[in-house]
Amino acid sequence: MLIRKPADLRHSDVTPKQFYLNRRRFLAAGSAIAGAWALPTPAGATMKLDNVTKSAYTVNEKITPLADITSYNNYYEFGTDKGDPSHYANTLRPSPWQVQVGGLVNKPKTYDLDSIMKIAPLEERIYRHRCVEAWSIVVPWIGFPLAALLKQVEPNAKAKYVAFQTLYDPKQMPLGNRAGIELPYVEGLRLDEAMHPLALLAVGLYGETLPNQNGAPFRLVVPWKYGFKSIKSIVKITLTDKQPPTTWNIANAREYGFYSNVNPTVDHPRWTQSQERRLGELFKRKTLMFNGYPEVASLYTGMDLRKNY
Amino acid sequence: MKKILFSPWTKRALFTLCLIPAFLLIWRGFSGDLSANPVEFIEHRTGDWALRFLLITLSVTPLRKIFEQPLLTRFRRMLGLFAFFYVCVHLLMYLTFDQMFSISGILADVLKRPYITVGSAGFLMLIPLAITSTAAMVRRLGPKRWQLLHRLVYFCALAGVIHYYWLVKSDVREPLMYGGMLTLLMLFRVRMWLAKGAKSKPQPTVVGA
Repeated sequence: MLIRKPADLRHSDVTPKQFYLNRRRFLAAGSAIAGAWALPTPAGATMKLDNVTKSAYTVNEKITPLADITSYNNYYEFGTDKGDPSHYANTLRPSPWQVQVGGLVNKPKTYDLDSIMKIAPLEERIYRHRCVEAWSIVVPWIGFPLAALLKQVEPNAKAKYVAFQTLYDPKQMPLGNRAGIELPYVEGLRLDEAMHPLALLAVGLYGETLPNQNGAPFRLVVPWKYGFKSIKSIVKITLTDKQPPTTWNIANAREYGFYSNVNPTVDHPRWTQSQERRLGELFKRKTLMFNGYPEVASLYTGMDLRKNY
Repeated sequence: MKKILFSPWTKRALFTLCLIPAFLLIWRGFSGDLSANPVEFIEHRTGDWALRFLLITLSVTPLRKIFEQPLLTRFRRMLGLFAFFYVCVHLLMYLTFDQMFSISGILADVLKRPYITVGSAGFLMLIPLAITSTAAMVRRLGPKRWQLLHRLVYFCALAGVIHYYWLVKSDVREPLMYGGMLTLLMLFRVRMWLAKGAKSKPQPTVVGA
Protein backbone atom coordinates (compact mmCIF):
# COMPACT_ATOMS: atom_id res chain seq x y z
CA MET A 1 0.00 0.00 0.00
CA LEU A 2 1.16 3.51 -0.75
CA ILE A 3 0.15 5.10 2.50
CA ARG A 4 2.87 7.48 3.49
CA LYS A 5 3.99 7.55 7.09
CA PRO A 6 4.79 10.93 8.63
CA ALA A 7 8.46 9.94 8.80
CA ASP A 8 8.58 9.86 5.01
CA LEU A 9 7.48 13.45 4.61
CA ARG A 10 9.99 15.73 3.01
CA HIS A 11 10.21 19.50 3.22
CA SER A 12 8.88 19.70 -0.30
CA ASP A 13 5.75 17.93 0.84
CA VAL A 14 4.86 20.61 3.35
CA THR A 15 6.05 23.67 1.43
CA PRO A 16 3.71 24.57 -1.42
CA LYS A 17 5.65 24.61 -4.68
CA GLN A 18 4.94 28.25 -5.49
CA PHE A 19 6.47 29.29 -2.17
CA TYR A 20 9.72 27.45 -2.54
CA LEU A 21 9.94 28.52 -6.14
CA ASN A 22 9.54 32.09 -4.97
CA ARG A 23 12.34 31.59 -2.49
CA ARG A 24 14.54 30.27 -5.26
CA ARG A 25 13.66 33.18 -7.50
CA PHE A 26 14.58 35.50 -4.67
CA LEU A 27 17.95 33.77 -4.27
CA ALA A 28 18.42 33.79 -8.02
CA ALA A 29 17.79 37.52 -8.16
CA GLY A 30 20.48 37.95 -5.53
CA SER A 31 23.06 36.01 -7.45
CA ALA A 32 22.10 37.73 -10.68
CA ILE A 33 23.00 41.05 -9.10
CA ALA A 34 26.31 39.61 -7.95
CA GLY A 35 27.16 38.72 -11.55
CA ALA A 36 25.04 36.33 -13.51
CA TRP A 37 27.23 33.23 -13.33
CA ALA A 38 29.67 34.15 -10.59
CA LEU A 39 27.80 32.61 -7.67
CA PRO A 40 26.56 29.05 -7.45
CA THR A 41 23.07 28.94 -8.90
CA PRO A 42 20.40 27.84 -6.48
CA ALA A 43 19.15 24.42 -7.49
CA GLY A 44 16.45 24.48 -10.08
CA ALA A 45 16.29 28.21 -10.58
CA THR A 46 16.65 29.83 -13.96
CA MET A 47 17.71 33.37 -14.84
CA LYS A 48 16.69 35.68 -17.60
CA LEU A 49 19.09 35.83 -20.54
CA ASP A 50 19.75 39.27 -22.04
CA ASN A 51 20.91 40.33 -25.49
CA VAL A 52 19.20 37.48 -27.28
CA THR A 53 18.36 38.09 -30.93
CA LYS A 54 15.52 36.32 -32.72
CA SER A 55 16.84 34.13 -35.50
CA ALA A 56 15.33 33.07 -38.79
CA TYR A 57 15.19 29.50 -37.49
CA THR A 58 11.58 29.12 -36.50
CA VAL A 59 8.60 26.92 -37.27
CA ASN A 60 5.02 27.71 -38.05
CA GLU A 61 3.73 25.53 -35.25
CA LYS A 62 2.50 26.18 -31.75
CA ILE A 63 5.31 26.38 -29.20
CA THR A 64 4.94 23.76 -26.46
CA PRO A 65 4.04 25.30 -23.07
CA LEU A 66 6.98 25.75 -20.71
CA ALA A 67 5.29 23.58 -18.08
CA ASP A 68 5.24 20.63 -20.50
CA ILE A 69 8.83 21.17 -21.66
CA THR A 70 10.07 21.18 -18.06
CA SER A 71 7.92 18.39 -16.59
CA TYR A 72 8.25 15.67 -19.24
CA ASN A 73 11.90 14.78 -19.66
CA ASN A 74 14.24 11.92 -20.33
CA TYR A 75 17.28 12.50 -18.14
CA TYR A 76 18.02 9.07 -16.70
CA GLU A 77 20.63 10.39 -14.26
CA PHE A 78 17.61 11.81 -12.41
CA GLY A 79 15.22 8.86 -12.74
CA THR A 80 13.73 6.91 -15.61
CA ASP A 81 10.15 8.18 -15.36
CA LYS A 82 9.35 11.23 -17.52
CA GLY A 83 8.22 13.16 -14.46
CA ASP A 84 11.29 12.24 -12.38
CA PRO A 85 13.83 14.81 -13.65
CA SER A 86 11.55 17.74 -12.78
CA HIS A 87 11.43 16.41 -9.21
CA TYR A 88 14.97 15.21 -8.71
CA ALA A 89 17.24 17.33 -10.93
CA ASN A 90 17.42 20.04 -8.27
CA THR A 91 20.52 18.26 -6.93
CA LEU A 92 22.45 19.24 -10.08
CA ARG A 93 24.80 22.19 -9.59
CA PRO A 94 24.99 23.92 -12.98
CA SER A 95 27.37 26.57 -11.68
CA PRO A 96 30.33 26.69 -11.44
CA TRP A 97 30.81 24.58 -14.57
CA GLN A 98 33.67 23.66 -16.84
CA VAL A 99 33.73 22.20 -20.30
CA GLN A 100 36.94 20.63 -21.60
CA VAL A 101 37.30 20.86 -25.35
CA GLY A 102 40.21 18.90 -26.79
CA GLY A 103 41.35 15.93 -28.82
CA LEU A 104 42.38 16.47 -32.42
CA VAL A 105 42.39 20.26 -32.27
CA ASN A 106 45.05 22.93 -32.54
CA LYS A 107 43.82 25.01 -29.62
CA PRO A 108 42.38 22.84 -26.82
CA LYS A 109 40.61 24.93 -24.25
CA THR A 110 38.69 24.60 -21.01
CA TYR A 111 35.69 26.88 -20.92
CA ASP A 112 33.88 28.18 -17.88
CA LEU A 113 30.33 29.46 -18.15
CA ASP A 114 31.41 33.04 -18.67
CA SER A 115 33.59 32.16 -21.63
CA ILE A 116 30.89 29.89 -23.09
CA MET A 117 28.46 32.77 -23.10
CA LYS A 118 31.00 34.84 -25.06
CA ILE A 119 31.68 32.32 -27.85
CA ALA A 120 29.04 33.80 -30.12
CA PRO A 121 26.00 36.10 -29.89
CA LEU A 122 23.02 34.35 -28.34
CA GLU A 123 20.06 33.74 -30.59
CA GLU A 124 16.61 32.27 -30.09
CA ARG A 125 15.75 29.37 -32.38
CA ILE A 126 12.41 27.65 -32.39
CA TYR A 127 13.03 24.00 -33.22
CA ARG A 128 10.96 20.85 -33.37
CA HIS A 129 12.29 18.22 -30.98
CA ARG A 130 11.34 14.60 -31.71
CA CYS A 131 12.02 11.87 -29.16
CA VAL A 132 12.78 8.32 -30.30
CA GLU A 133 9.78 7.30 -28.14
CA ALA A 134 7.46 8.97 -30.68
CA TRP A 135 6.53 12.15 -28.84
CA SER A 136 7.58 15.66 -29.80
CA ILE A 137 7.68 19.26 -28.63
CA VAL A 138 8.45 22.68 -30.10
CA VAL A 139 11.06 24.53 -28.08
CA PRO A 140 12.30 28.13 -28.19
CA TRP A 141 15.97 27.37 -27.48
CA ILE A 142 18.60 30.02 -26.81
CA GLY A 143 22.15 29.34 -27.90
CA PHE A 144 24.69 29.57 -30.68
CA PRO A 145 25.90 27.28 -33.47
CA LEU A 146 28.12 24.41 -32.36
CA ALA A 147 30.32 25.39 -35.32
CA ALA A 148 31.26 28.63 -33.54
CA LEU A 149 32.82 26.70 -30.66
CA LEU A 150 34.52 24.21 -32.95
CA LYS A 151 36.08 27.03 -35.00
CA GLN A 152 37.60 28.49 -31.84
CA VAL A 153 39.47 25.27 -31.01
CA GLU A 154 40.41 24.60 -34.65
CA PRO A 155 39.92 20.90 -35.41
CA ASN A 156 42.99 19.56 -37.23
CA ALA A 157 43.02 17.62 -40.49
CA LYS A 158 42.69 14.23 -38.78
CA ALA A 159 39.49 15.15 -36.90
CA LYS A 160 36.44 13.34 -38.32
CA TYR A 161 34.05 13.08 -35.37
CA VAL A 162 33.01 15.02 -32.29
CA ALA A 163 32.43 13.16 -29.02
CA PHE A 164 30.39 14.65 -26.18
CA GLN A 165 30.13 13.64 -22.54
CA THR A 166 27.58 14.50 -19.85
CA LEU A 167 28.57 15.14 -16.26
CA TYR A 168 28.33 12.05 -14.09
CA ASP A 169 28.63 12.83 -10.42
CA PRO A 170 26.83 10.24 -8.28
CA LYS A 171 26.63 12.83 -5.51
CA GLN A 172 24.61 15.17 -7.70
CA MET A 173 22.93 12.27 -9.50
CA PRO A 174 22.14 9.70 -6.81
CA LEU A 175 19.55 7.98 -9.03
CA GLY A 176 22.16 7.38 -11.73
CA ASN A 177 22.87 3.85 -10.53
CA ARG A 178 19.31 2.88 -11.45
CA ALA A 179 19.44 4.35 -14.96
CA GLY A 180 19.92 0.96 -16.62
CA ILE A 181 22.36 2.58 -19.06
CA GLU A 182 26.11 3.04 -18.81
CA LEU A 183 27.08 6.43 -17.38
CA PRO A 184 28.54 8.96 -18.01
CA TYR A 185 26.22 9.53 -20.94
CA VAL A 186 28.16 9.95 -24.18
CA GLU A 187 27.11 11.02 -27.64
CA GLY A 188 28.75 11.87 -30.94
CA LEU A 189 28.37 13.45 -34.34
CA ARG A 190 30.29 13.29 -37.56
CA LEU A 191 32.32 16.52 -37.92
CA ASP A 192 30.32 17.71 -40.94
CA GLU A 193 27.08 17.14 -39.01
CA ALA A 194 28.50 19.07 -36.08
CA MET A 195 29.50 21.96 -38.39
CA HIS A 196 26.00 22.16 -39.91
CA PRO A 197 24.43 25.53 -39.06
CA LEU A 198 21.37 23.81 -37.52
CA ALA A 199 23.47 22.10 -34.82
CA LEU A 200 23.02 24.27 -31.76
CA LEU A 201 24.66 24.56 -28.37
CA ALA A 202 21.85 25.70 -26.09
CA VAL A 203 22.26 27.64 -22.86
CA GLY A 204 18.61 28.47 -22.37
CA LEU A 205 14.98 28.16 -23.35
CA TYR A 206 11.91 30.38 -23.06
CA GLY A 207 14.13 33.43 -22.52
CA GLU A 208 15.91 32.03 -19.46
CA THR A 209 18.87 29.81 -18.63
CA LEU A 210 18.22 26.08 -18.97
CA PRO A 211 16.28 24.40 -16.18
CA ASN A 212 18.33 21.53 -14.68
CA GLN A 213 16.01 18.85 -16.04
CA ASN A 214 16.51 20.22 -19.56
CA GLY A 215 20.29 19.87 -19.41
CA ALA A 216 21.63 22.90 -17.55
CA PRO A 217 23.84 24.70 -18.00
CA PHE A 218 24.83 23.75 -21.48
CA ARG A 219 23.56 21.17 -23.96
CA LEU A 220 23.52 20.14 -27.58
CA VAL A 221 20.43 20.43 -29.80
CA VAL A 222 20.42 18.52 -33.10
CA PRO A 223 16.85 19.00 -34.31
CA TRP A 224 16.95 16.54 -37.23
CA LYS A 225 17.96 13.63 -34.98
CA TYR A 226 16.09 11.79 -32.24
CA GLY A 227 16.22 13.61 -28.93
CA PHE A 228 18.73 11.32 -27.24
CA LYS A 229 21.43 12.63 -29.60
CA SER A 230 20.97 16.10 -28.09
CA ILE A 231 23.16 15.41 -25.08
CA LYS A 232 22.59 17.39 -21.88
CA SER A 233 24.84 19.05 -19.27
CA ILE A 234 28.04 18.69 -21.31
CA VAL A 235 31.42 18.60 -19.53
CA LYS A 236 33.64 17.30 -22.31
CA ILE A 237 33.91 17.69 -26.08
CA THR A 238 36.59 15.69 -27.89
CA LEU A 239 37.50 15.70 -31.57
CA THR A 240 38.40 12.20 -32.74
CA ASP A 241 39.32 10.32 -35.92
CA LYS A 242 37.12 7.31 -35.10
CA GLN A 243 33.37 7.11 -34.63
CA PRO A 244 32.88 7.61 -30.89
CA PRO A 245 30.75 5.24 -28.77
CA THR A 246 27.27 6.52 -27.93
CA THR A 247 25.24 5.56 -24.86
CA TRP A 248 22.02 4.17 -26.35
CA ASN A 249 23.98 2.39 -29.05
CA ILE A 250 26.02 0.67 -26.32
CA ALA A 251 22.80 -0.21 -24.49
CA ASN A 252 21.09 -1.67 -27.56
CA ALA A 253 22.85 -1.42 -30.93
CA ARG A 254 19.95 -2.96 -32.85
CA GLU A 255 17.52 -0.31 -31.65
CA TYR A 256 19.65 2.84 -31.52
CA GLY A 257 22.18 3.61 -34.25
CA PHE A 258 24.95 6.19 -34.33
CA TYR A 259 23.11 8.41 -36.80
CA SER A 260 19.57 8.21 -35.40
CA ASN A 261 18.18 10.70 -37.88
CA VAL A 262 14.45 11.22 -37.55
CA ASN A 263 13.09 8.98 -40.30
CA PRO A 264 9.41 8.02 -40.62
CA THR A 265 10.29 5.19 -43.03
CA VAL A 266 12.65 3.35 -40.68
CA ASP A 267 10.82 1.95 -37.68
CA HIS A 268 12.25 1.33 -34.28
CA PRO A 269 12.30 -2.49 -33.92
CA ARG A 270 9.60 -2.23 -31.26
CA TRP A 271 7.40 0.63 -32.47
CA THR A 272 6.59 2.72 -35.51
CA GLN A 273 8.39 5.98 -36.19
CA SER A 274 5.90 7.12 -38.84
CA GLN A 275 3.82 9.01 -36.28
CA GLU A 276 4.37 11.02 -33.16
CA ARG A 277 2.34 12.63 -30.43
CA ARG A 278 2.99 16.35 -30.10
CA LEU A 279 2.64 17.13 -26.41
CA GLY A 280 -0.62 19.00 -25.97
CA GLU A 281 -2.34 17.11 -28.78
CA LEU A 282 -4.46 14.01 -28.26
CA PHE A 283 -4.11 12.39 -31.65
CA LYS A 284 -0.88 11.53 -33.38
CA ARG A 285 0.57 13.47 -36.28
CA LYS A 286 2.81 12.32 -39.13
CA THR A 287 6.53 12.38 -38.48
CA LEU A 288 8.52 14.35 -41.05
CA MET A 289 11.74 13.19 -42.73
CA PHE A 290 14.69 14.66 -40.83
CA ASN A 291 12.03 16.05 -38.50
CA GLY A 292 11.13 18.61 -41.17
CA TYR A 293 14.70 19.82 -41.77
CA PRO A 294 15.34 18.67 -45.37
CA GLU A 295 18.39 20.97 -45.63
CA VAL A 296 20.48 18.32 -43.85
CA ALA A 297 19.75 15.65 -46.49
CA SER A 298 22.94 16.46 -48.40
CA LEU A 299 24.98 15.27 -45.39
CA TYR A 300 23.79 11.74 -46.15
CA THR A 301 23.94 11.56 -49.94
CA GLY A 302 24.74 8.04 -51.09
CA MET A 303 24.20 6.55 -47.65
CA ASP A 304 21.68 3.77 -47.02
CA LEU A 305 19.67 5.27 -44.18
CA ARG A 306 18.12 1.88 -43.43
CA LYS A 307 21.53 0.50 -42.62
CA ASN A 308 22.82 3.69 -41.03
CA TYR A 309 19.79 4.18 -38.79
CA MET B 1 -13.69 -13.62 10.38
CA LYS B 2 -16.22 -15.81 8.63
CA LYS B 3 -18.90 -13.25 9.33
CA ILE B 4 -16.86 -10.46 7.83
CA LEU B 5 -16.07 -12.48 4.72
CA PHE B 6 -19.73 -13.43 4.32
CA SER B 7 -21.08 -9.92 4.73
CA PRO B 8 -22.33 -8.27 1.53
CA TRP B 9 -20.78 -5.06 2.86
CA THR B 10 -17.29 -6.50 2.55
CA LYS B 11 -17.91 -7.13 -1.10
CA ARG B 12 -19.30 -3.65 -1.61
CA ALA B 13 -16.35 -2.10 0.21
CA LEU B 14 -13.91 -4.08 -1.91
CA PHE B 15 -15.77 -3.04 -5.06
CA THR B 16 -15.38 0.62 -4.12
CA LEU B 17 -11.72 0.07 -3.28
CA CYS B 18 -11.08 -1.44 -6.70
CA LEU B 19 -12.58 1.64 -8.35
CA ILE B 20 -10.20 4.03 -6.59
CA PRO B 21 -7.53 3.95 -9.35
CA ALA B 22 -10.22 4.86 -11.90
CA PHE B 23 -11.57 7.66 -9.72
CA LEU B 24 -8.05 8.96 -9.14
CA LEU B 25 -7.53 9.20 -12.89
CA ILE B 26 -10.81 11.08 -13.30
CA TRP B 27 -9.85 13.38 -10.43
CA ARG B 28 -6.45 14.05 -12.01
CA GLY B 29 -8.19 14.71 -15.30
CA PHE B 30 -10.36 17.40 -13.78
CA SER B 31 -7.47 19.02 -11.95
CA GLY B 32 -5.25 18.97 -15.05
CA ASP B 33 -2.77 16.63 -13.44
CA LEU B 34 -2.38 13.95 -16.10
CA SER B 35 1.17 15.02 -17.06
CA ALA B 36 2.23 16.58 -20.35
CA ASN B 37 1.12 13.42 -22.14
CA PRO B 38 -2.31 12.48 -20.74
CA VAL B 39 -2.97 9.67 -23.22
CA GLU B 40 0.25 7.89 -22.30
CA PHE B 41 -0.33 8.60 -18.61
CA ILE B 42 -3.76 6.94 -18.64
CA GLU B 43 -2.46 4.07 -20.78
CA HIS B 44 0.37 3.40 -18.36
CA ARG B 45 -1.75 3.71 -15.21
CA THR B 46 -4.57 1.47 -16.47
CA GLY B 47 -2.00 -1.01 -17.79
CA ASP B 48 -0.32 -1.09 -14.40
CA TRP B 49 -3.64 -1.69 -12.65
CA ALA B 50 -4.76 -4.38 -15.10
CA LEU B 51 -1.57 -6.30 -14.38
CA ARG B 52 -1.83 -5.69 -10.64
CA PHE B 53 -5.42 -6.92 -10.55
CA LEU B 54 -4.43 -10.04 -12.47
CA LEU B 55 -1.76 -10.74 -9.86
CA ILE B 56 -4.15 -9.96 -7.00
CA THR B 57 -6.68 -12.35 -8.54
CA LEU B 58 -4.00 -15.01 -8.76
CA SER B 59 -3.14 -14.43 -5.09
CA VAL B 60 -6.61 -15.42 -3.92
CA THR B 61 -6.05 -19.17 -4.06
CA PRO B 62 -2.64 -19.12 -2.30
CA LEU B 63 -4.01 -16.77 0.40
CA ARG B 64 -7.07 -18.96 0.81
CA LYS B 65 -4.91 -22.04 1.35
CA ILE B 66 -2.31 -20.37 3.57
CA PHE B 67 -4.86 -18.75 5.88
CA GLU B 68 -7.40 -21.55 5.49
CA GLN B 69 -10.14 -19.11 4.54
CA PRO B 70 -12.11 -20.76 1.74
CA LEU B 71 -14.57 -17.84 1.73
CA LEU B 72 -11.93 -15.63 0.11
CA THR B 73 -12.94 -17.20 -3.20
CA ARG B 74 -16.10 -15.07 -3.01
CA PHE B 75 -14.03 -12.07 -4.18
CA ARG B 76 -12.04 -13.71 -6.93
CA ARG B 77 -14.46 -13.14 -9.80
CA MET B 78 -14.84 -9.46 -8.99
CA LEU B 79 -11.06 -8.96 -8.82
CA GLY B 80 -10.62 -10.71 -12.15
CA LEU B 81 -13.33 -8.62 -13.75
CA PHE B 82 -11.62 -5.47 -12.50
CA ALA B 83 -8.44 -6.61 -14.28
CA PHE B 84 -10.59 -6.95 -17.40
CA PHE B 85 -12.12 -3.51 -16.83
CA TYR B 86 -8.73 -1.78 -16.55
CA VAL B 87 -7.32 -3.65 -19.53
CA CYS B 88 -10.37 -2.53 -21.58
CA VAL B 89 -9.77 1.14 -20.72
CA HIS B 90 -6.07 0.62 -21.52
CA LEU B 91 -6.88 -0.89 -24.90
CA LEU B 92 -9.57 1.66 -25.70
CA MET B 93 -7.08 4.50 -25.12
CA TYR B 94 -4.66 2.84 -27.52
CA LEU B 95 -7.30 2.17 -30.18
CA THR B 96 -8.74 5.67 -29.98
CA PHE B 97 -5.79 7.99 -29.52
CA ASP B 98 -2.76 6.03 -30.75
CA GLN B 99 -4.45 4.38 -33.72
CA MET B 100 -7.60 6.46 -34.32
CA PHE B 101 -9.28 3.10 -35.03
CA SER B 102 -7.20 2.62 -38.18
CA ILE B 103 -7.54 -1.08 -38.97
CA SER B 104 -4.34 -1.13 -41.03
CA GLY B 105 -2.42 0.65 -38.28
CA ILE B 106 -3.65 -1.76 -35.63
CA LEU B 107 -2.93 -4.81 -37.78
CA ALA B 108 0.57 -3.56 -38.58
CA ASP B 109 1.22 -3.03 -34.88
CA VAL B 110 -0.10 -6.45 -33.87
CA LEU B 111 1.90 -8.22 -36.57
CA LYS B 112 5.12 -6.21 -36.34
CA ARG B 113 5.51 -5.21 -32.68
CA PRO B 114 6.09 -8.19 -30.42
CA TYR B 115 5.02 -6.29 -27.30
CA ILE B 116 1.70 -5.46 -28.92
CA THR B 117 1.31 -9.01 -30.28
CA VAL B 118 1.75 -10.39 -26.77
CA GLY B 119 -0.45 -7.72 -25.23
CA SER B 120 -3.31 -8.37 -27.64
CA ALA B 121 -2.98 -12.12 -27.11
CA GLY B 122 -3.32 -11.52 -23.38
CA PHE B 123 -6.43 -9.41 -23.96
CA LEU B 124 -8.04 -11.95 -26.32
CA MET B 125 -7.49 -14.72 -23.77
CA LEU B 126 -9.20 -12.62 -21.10
CA ILE B 127 -12.39 -12.25 -23.15
CA PRO B 128 -13.65 -15.86 -22.75
CA LEU B 129 -12.81 -15.69 -19.07
CA ALA B 130 -14.89 -12.55 -18.60
CA ILE B 131 -17.77 -14.05 -20.61
CA THR B 132 -17.78 -17.29 -18.63
CA SER B 133 -17.42 -15.58 -15.27
CA THR B 134 -21.11 -15.83 -14.36
CA ALA B 135 -22.52 -18.60 -12.16
CA ALA B 136 -24.81 -19.69 -15.01
CA MET B 137 -21.80 -20.13 -17.28
CA VAL B 138 -19.97 -22.20 -14.68
CA ARG B 139 -23.00 -24.49 -14.55
CA ARG B 140 -23.29 -24.67 -18.31
CA LEU B 141 -19.63 -25.56 -18.78
CA GLY B 142 -19.43 -27.81 -15.77
CA PRO B 143 -16.86 -27.07 -13.07
CA LYS B 144 -14.10 -29.20 -14.59
CA ARG B 145 -14.20 -27.66 -18.04
CA TRP B 146 -14.72 -24.23 -16.52
CA GLN B 147 -11.62 -24.62 -14.38
CA LEU B 148 -9.59 -25.87 -17.30
CA LEU B 149 -10.64 -22.85 -19.39
CA HIS B 150 -9.87 -20.46 -16.58
CA ARG B 151 -6.31 -21.74 -16.33
CA LEU B 152 -5.84 -19.37 -19.29
CA VAL B 153 -5.49 -16.61 -16.73
CA TYR B 154 -1.93 -17.76 -16.01
CA PHE B 155 -1.06 -17.06 -19.63
CA CYS B 156 -2.87 -13.71 -19.52
CA ALA B 157 -0.72 -12.62 -16.60
CA LEU B 158 2.42 -13.90 -18.29
CA ALA B 159 1.45 -11.99 -21.45
CA GLY B 160 0.97 -8.85 -19.34
CA VAL B 161 4.43 -9.14 -17.78
CA ILE B 162 6.13 -9.75 -21.15
CA HIS B 163 4.13 -6.93 -22.78
CA TYR B 164 5.46 -4.56 -20.12
CA TYR B 165 9.01 -5.94 -20.19
CA TRP B 166 9.31 -5.53 -23.96
CA LEU B 167 7.97 -2.00 -23.83
CA VAL B 168 10.45 -0.33 -21.47
CA LYS B 169 13.68 1.13 -22.80
CA SER B 170 16.19 0.29 -20.11
CA ASP B 171 14.75 0.37 -16.62
CA VAL B 172 13.26 -3.12 -16.31
CA ARG B 173 12.91 -3.13 -12.51
CA GLU B 174 9.13 -2.81 -12.47
CA PRO B 175 8.29 -5.46 -15.07
CA LEU B 176 10.80 -7.77 -13.39
CA MET B 177 9.11 -7.17 -10.06
CA TYR B 178 5.75 -8.21 -11.51
CA GLY B 179 7.46 -11.16 -13.18
CA GLY B 180 8.91 -12.18 -9.82
CA MET B 181 5.49 -12.02 -8.17
CA LEU B 182 3.93 -14.10 -10.92
CA THR B 183 6.71 -16.67 -10.54
CA LEU B 184 6.04 -16.93 -6.80
CA LEU B 185 2.30 -17.34 -7.37
CA MET B 186 2.94 -20.04 -9.97
CA LEU B 187 5.47 -21.85 -7.78
CA PHE B 188 2.84 -22.04 -5.07
CA ARG B 189 0.49 -23.73 -7.54
CA VAL B 190 3.13 -26.13 -8.78
CA ARG B 191 3.75 -27.18 -5.18
CA MET B 192 0.01 -27.54 -4.65
CA TRP B 193 -0.40 -29.71 -7.76
CA LEU B 194 2.60 -31.84 -6.86
CA ALA B 195 1.23 -32.40 -3.37
CA LYS B 196 -2.16 -33.33 -4.80
CA GLY B 197 -0.56 -35.69 -7.30
CA ALA B 198 1.45 -37.40 -4.56
CA LYS B 199 -1.64 -37.80 -2.45
CA SER B 200 -3.92 -39.15 -5.14
CA LYS B 201 -1.48 -41.57 -6.76
CA PRO B 202 -1.34 -44.27 -4.06
CA GLN B 203 -5.14 -44.51 -3.91
CA PRO B 204 -6.42 -44.00 -7.45
CA THR B 205 -9.45 -46.16 -6.81
CA VAL B 206 -10.69 -43.87 -4.06
CA VAL B 207 -10.68 -40.89 -6.39
CA GLY B 208 -12.48 -42.84 -9.05
CA ALA B 209 -15.02 -44.30 -6.67
